[in-house]
Amino acid sequence: MSNNNSLFQPALVSEAVKQAFVKLDPRVMVRNPVMFTVELGTAVMLLVTLGLLVQPDPTQGSFGYNFTVFLVLLLTLLFANFAEAIAEARGKAQAGSLRKTREETPARLVDERGAESVVSSSQLRKGQFFLVEAGEIIPTDGEIVEGLATIDESAITGESAPVIREAGGDKSSVTGGTKVLSDRIKVVVTTEPGESFLDKMIALVEGASRQKTPNEIALTILLAGFTLVFIIVCLTLQPFAAYANTPIAVASFIALFVCLIPTTIGGLLSAIGIAGMDRALRANVITKSGKAVETAGDIDVLLLDKTGTITIGNRKATHFWHAPGVAAQHLAVMSTIASLTDETPEGKSIVELAQTQQVDALKLQSHLKGAELIKFTAETRSSGITLADGTRIRKGAADAIRQLTERAGKLYPAEVVERVQLVASNGGTPLVVSQNDEVLGVVELQDIIKPGIQERFERLRRMGIKTVMVTGDNPLTARFIASAAGVDDFIAEAKPEDKMQYIRAEQQQGKLVAMMGDGTNDAPALAQADVGVAMNSGTQAAKEAGNMVDLDNDPTKLIEVVEIGKQLLMTRGTLTTFSIANDVAKYFAIVPALFMVGIPALGALNVMGLHSPQSAILSAVIFNALLIPALVPLALRGVAYQPVGASALLRRNLLIYGLGGVVAPFVGIKLIDLVVGLFV
Amino acid sequence: MFSELLGIAIIFGATVLLAIPLGLYLATVYRGDKSWSDFLAPLERLLFRAGGIDARRGMSWQQHLMALLTINLVWFLFAMLILCTQGVLPLNPDANPSMSPDLAFNTAISFLVNCNLQHYSGESGLSYLSQVVVIMFLQFVSAATGMAACVVVFNALKEGTNEKLGNFYDYFVKSLTRVLLPIALLVALVLVFQGTPMTFAGKQPLITLQGDTTAVSRGPVAAMVAIKELGTNGGGFFGANSAHPLENPTYLTNMVENFALVLIPIAMVFALGFYLKRRRLSYMVFGVMTAGFLLLLAPTVYYEMQGNPAIAQMGTDMQLGAMEGKEIRLGAAASAYWGITNTIISCGSVNSMHDSHMPISGMSEMLGMMTNAFYGGVGVGFLNFFVFVIIAVFISGLMVGRTPELLGKKIEAREMKIAIIVALLHPLMILGGTAMAAHLYVSNPTEYAGWLANPGYHGFSEMLYEYTSAAANNGSGFEGLGDNTPFWNISTGVVLLLSRFLPVIGPVAIAGLLARKKYTPESAGTLRVDTATFGLMVFFVIWIIAALAFFPALALGPLAEHFSLY
Repeated sequence: MSNNNSLFQPALVSEAVKQAFVKLDPRVMVRNPVMFTVELGTAVMLLVTLGLLVQPDPTQGSFGYNFTVFLVLLLTLLFANFAEAIAEARGKAQAGSLRKTREETPARLVDERGAESVVSSSQLRKGQFFLVEAGEIIPTDGEIVEGLATIDESAITGESAPVIREAGGDKSSVTGGTKVLSDRIKVVVTTEPGESFLDKMIALVEGASRQKTPNEIALTILLAGFTLVFIIVCLTLQPFAAYANTPIAVASFIALFVCLIPTTIGGLLSAIGIAGMDRALRANVITKSGKAVETAGDIDVLLLDKTGTITIGNRKATHFWHAPGVAAQHLAVMSTIASLTDETPEGKSIVELAQTQQVDALKLQSHLKGAELIKFTAETRSSGITLADGTRIRKGAADAIRQLTERAGKLYPAEVVERVQLVASNGGTPLVVSQNDEVLGVVELQDIIKPGIQERFERLRRMGIKTVMVTGDNPLTARFIASAAGVDDFIAEAKPEDKMQYIRAEQQQGKLVAMMGDGTNDAPALAQADVGVAMNSGTQAAKEAGNMVDLDNDPTKLIEVVEIGKQLLMTRGTLTTFSIANDVAKYFAIVPALFMVGIPALGALNVMGLHSPQSAILSAVIFNALLIPALVPLALRGVAYQPVGASALLRRNLLIYGLGGVVAPFVGIKLIDLVVGLFV
Repeated sequence: MFSELLGIAIIFGATVLLAIPLGLYLATVYRGDKSWSDFLAPLERLLFRAGGIDARRGMSWQQHLMALLTINLVWFLFAMLILCTQGVLPLNPDANPSMSPDLAFNTAISFLVNCNLQHYSGESGLSYLSQVVVIMFLQFVSAATGMAACVVVFNALKEGTNEKLGNFYDYFVKSLTRVLLPIALLVALVLVFQGTPMTFAGKQPLITLQGDTTAVSRGPVAAMVAIKELGTNGGGFFGANSAHPLENPTYLTNMVENFALVLIPIAMVFALGFYLKRRRLSYMVFGVMTAGFLLLLAPTVYYEMQGNPAIAQMGTDMQLGAMEGKEIRLGAAASAYWGITNTIISCGSVNSMHDSHMPISGMSEMLGMMTNAFYGGVGVGFLNFFVFVIIAVFISGLMVGRTPELLGKKIEAREMKIAIIVALLHPLMILGGTAMAAHLYVSNPTEYAGWLANPGYHGFSEMLYEYTSAAANNGSGFEGLGDNTPFWNISTGVVLLLSRFLPVIGPVAIAGLLARKKYTPESAGTLRVDTATFGLMVFFVIWIIAALAFFPALALGPLAEHFSLY
């Protein structure tokens, strides 16, 4: 997919410019109290300007001056609207490019009687079934009910390697717009047209259904409060000035007001929120609400699956350790037979390892005839095969096999116990193999820790986030990998309810927990977690339960999501600080300008040495207006998060945006005044 | 000059040094731990039994507020009754008349809310009965009310989720028996030894050096002056307050009174640290408050000691500083120091006339009341500061990439709404009130000519100061304002009421809401509020939000005056 990172693509800009005018509608504006008051001020300025056209009034200044003030205020509004519009346009474009992949395609609808008919994808309703075959595009989101297929999901994930999806289990979901490469599947439609996650996301980005997040509401209250303070300041100034015999022109009142209220953050606030969701989308994460992104910034605990996040893909068999009295070759052969139909990477790696020990897998295929396959389940924690002659070969977790042998009254050799311990303490996963409940030996599986993952965890630790590794491994193995990878805690031999319990326990202590999952049995935990990211390949239940969906199915995505959340909050905080800090200079520009004529002594407050009262006021409003577009890139990109600890981060941001916010307008207004002074 | 500066340095140093152990003592008392003052416990139990109060029952924040407001209403009605009938009641040797209803309203409210704006002169306006059972009584209980509310907020900042925030009556009574009464007794003794009167006898006839016969007002002065300062009340026994030679006879009494009024506000800050076992937090609060205090003190002392250039031009020696309206026994520096401490601390007693201070000093004094959070009144000072902390936490919490939280509690829309209302109230009362007065004055200058002794910028300052003082519950006046008229009595009375109770209700409500919330333990990513960086943030929030809103008004008053003078 296209990931164009240029902030201002011409097509988007022209759309945003148009929207900037459309958004002037007061019914839209009223949602943003700060900018709404600016709009009111602008309207008053328009009336004053028109009034001057009819009847000149020297106390209000010239028509040209008033008209300029009006224009600048109008520009302020347009800039703020533009900021929101460009953020919306970018979000929509991003979502649109995803949606484009699933436009009208023919779908092979199957009715209850099994009759097939071809309809357009947009006519598919939730609960209907359709067929897809190799070479065809999947018409809409759904879940496989029959069959297995390899699917090219690159249109959505950008990942070129095809993936396998099959009925049952946790990899049964298919996404509209992806292409089936092999086989044939029957799929049940899971979403009504226009209600897929992507559709919801697009609606979220567009103004209509966008809800303010709790933090946005609280910040809006703060900003509205500041606005009210300045309404009081400006309204009371009229009698004060009357007392001091220095009447103030309407333009000056409105300029003072508009400059003092936090227009910078007020104008950029919604753009920041939209940009946060957009950044998530760029990371191929669909968020179901703006709140989820915000919450991600607050996460205290991250539950990470070991496989794929901490270790590379899957474990590999590295050694056969036979039990006493068992021939080494016998263990390899039996392990191979048990793994022939095992499509998991572990199973395949056992076959590969056996091949290096002269076990020919092809010759062993004959054993499969009439054999019964025993699938791995979370409950039995073992799998295997029962051959036609009744031979039962099992492989699985040490304690599962031990239970099996002991229940059959067979001996579980001490050497095997020792070996299991040894393998586990070296970070390997021991797989015990048994034949007719008699232990044959141990297959050692080894994990390979992802390069660079330690640094990422260190980074998380400095953010104050606790990382927890979730693994089905036994505690020994888990501890070894956990300490090698540098995670803070681990849940070993994890069953789905363990995750749930861990999340509950952490939440009871007041912590916010994020997790990623794909299976249906992950759904309760995904729902319980404060941020639950479901993999797009996961089941529909998992996707419904979580509040984000990751299109890449990349377990490390959680880390990125947290940073996106923090970025969003920081951008809000820093721009608020900047906006408020700006007031110092604006006071010093406008207050002397208001009174200098009537009370010459107050010229001493004109510390910037601005050219004239009118130029000072114009410079201040122009600066105020220009600030919004100048900060749009920052609002859209977000303030970079650095995990240096909260205090250091605050110091840094306070220095840049606080001190910067005090100094910048002194410089900016002075420079503008030098130019404006030439004309006024 | 050096000795004058040394004098104020000694007062401040001694205050801080004694405030630390007092803070520890306060924390011990409020926690209910063993302390030397436990011998008073039977007395307290007796009071509770008489009042039918179970002082061990935990109260929610709503119950606290209910108790606080109810008891205040009772005091108000009681005070109105006495003031309106004092003329016929006993203990009135000088036969002072009863108060007019609007003046009684203003006076009762003014003392109830710990403000002590006085639109009357004590010598002629009050009987001894009123002085003792209305004025002195309210000076004690209003201070104790503030302290009790402050402890409720302390409780809310504890770790964990809490529904009950201690017992209001327990804190209230202990504030009186364990803190205010013992210290007031000590201060009063020093005053008596230094010559402050303490008698129920009426005026004393006296033949002056010129041979004229005059009558000197006196009364139970020492006892009242002690609590006037200690409870940051500020309402003097005599009209001239602590500039009066009988209220404040010597440099030593001046030091002691000044010490007494700053002591508890600073001790409350340290008590916070001891109470919550968060010593660093109290250092942060103390640091911010002290920085703000010094920033206002320095220019005031400088300009007062410099003298007045306009008078210097007339050929008067300015070596002693600007002495107009000041007492020669106290000097310019001690008067400047007093002016600032009494305005930042909402005490509002005066030992020199603020009306005659240099413009920048007058502005600093007003800024002390406009910010109203540098130490502040007993108990309520921290409550005001708390509101700024909430706002600062909200902004800086975002800046570290989390939704804002204070000591593990999330700050959300509801808390923000309350904080904003409280923060808004102050400029609304001050600017709104002044605007109303200015508008009336401009629309009919002849009718209201009696208001302003000095028209022009200084007259504007007088009006601005009056509402600032009322809104900050300070009570001092830029005298020179003809303020005993129904307009001023009623308008400032309303300002007083709103500005006392909303800033108590607001922070207690926020604290109560926060206390109920889920508690998130600290991590490396959470904002710490006990650091210098955060202190700096609070400092700027106070200045940019609270002080800058008054910049245009100050420009038209003291700043215009200053720049015209220099």
